[in-house]
Amino acid sequence: MSDELKLYEVFVRSRRGLDHKHVGSLHADDPEQALEYARDVYTRRSEGVSLWVVAAGDITASQESDCDSFYDPLDDKPYRHAAMYDLPEGIDSL
Amino acid sequence: MTRSFQTRIDAEQKIEPKDWMPEKYRQTLIRQISQHAHSEVIGEQPEGNWITRAPSLERKAILLAKVQDEAGHGLYLYAAAETLGITREELIDRLHTGASKYASIFNYPSLTWADVGAIGWLVDSAAIVNQVSLQNTSYGPYARAMVRICKEESFHQRQGYNIMMTLMQGNEQQRAMAQDALDRWWWPSLMMFGPHDGESAHSAQSMKWKIKRRSNDDLRQQYVDQAVQQALAIGLKVPDPALAWNEERGHYDFGDIDWEEFERVIKGNGPCNRQRLAHHVEAHAEGVWVREAMACYDKKRRSRRHDAA
Repeated sequence: MSDELKLYEVFVRSRRGLDHKHVGSLHADDPEQALEYARDVYTRRSEGVSLWVVAAGDITASQESDCDSFYDPLDDKPYRHAAMYDLPEGIDSL
Repeated sequence: MTRSFQTRIDAEQKIEPKDWMPEKYRQTLIRQISQHAHSEVIGEQPEGNWITRAPSLERKAILLAKVQDEAGHGLYLYAAAETLGITREELIDRLHTGASKYASIFNYPSLTWADVGAIGWLVDSAAIVNQVSLQNTSYGPYARAMVRICKEESFHQRQGYNIMMTLMQGNEQQRAMAQDALDRWWWPSLMMFGPHDGESAHSAQSMKWKIKRRSNDDLRQQYVDQAVQQALAIGLKVPDPALAWNEERGHYDFGDIDWEEFERVIKGNGPCNRQRLAHHVEAHAEGVWVREAMACYDKKRRSRRHDAA
């Protein structure tokens, strides 16, 4: 039976103004059901004010094993970081 | 509904895209966020002007990275504005018709390499002072965009200050160049904070809705206090005869802005207003084939996927 259910990833916004954060996943037949299940599984102690459910199959993700080719050239650009630039003594508001 | 909306704001809670909100709140946010987005994008012009003429390969790479960041910031902000139910096309259209504004300071020309330093140092510093306060703005997507942008901005101001510092350690001509850039950019940078509190058209309601968190004059004072210290530290002279440390207030006193110039530039008659807008319109029109090609490519991919299925 559970073979036919789809996997959904669950995201909870713990407080207004914060990002939705991934908390886990669950099986459900459709998005509405996933939302109800998510409420029961992940927010029993009022952990959040808003839930997102996303079918796991709809998520396109990069792989950590691809990091080298995905991010490699960025390591050559230390000048993107503020810490590369020295400041004169006494100046700390930059 | 209006009352419970205000109660939520008063309790320092954020408003999120799917919440009910007064139409005026929505419109005010669209105006402010899109103006902010346009500023990031138009701001690429005075700096982009120097990419091919940067004095070293390293400075060129740095400037390129900065201008790329500005484009990214524009994108974060356009996306935040779109959560309010307006399309990207409408936003760009409003910029082109003049219905939507951008920061007036980008209507001044970048005449020398030192201007790239002055823009990064002064313009980005002023923007950061404003943006740090906006991290607490009441609209969630805008507040979160500000957090991300502020993190990236500190590199911008530092590289600008570093250009100024390096010039000030150079020969007499180079020091004069840095001073000249400060002389031209100082007053426009003070204008970035807008009119005095008493004369600001949108301030009262925006403060009540906590879209705006600190007053124009308050933010301007913080900026002056920081920037003057930074100028003195590298031997630059701030072009304001009225500038003096006020022991009692614990702040610098400074002269009044030329409000006529402020009005003139806002109304479209600054040194580069027409050029900036014309350039954007032209780039947008010339880019139409890229957008068409992308749409065509996507359509083809969709039909291929369809055929395979």
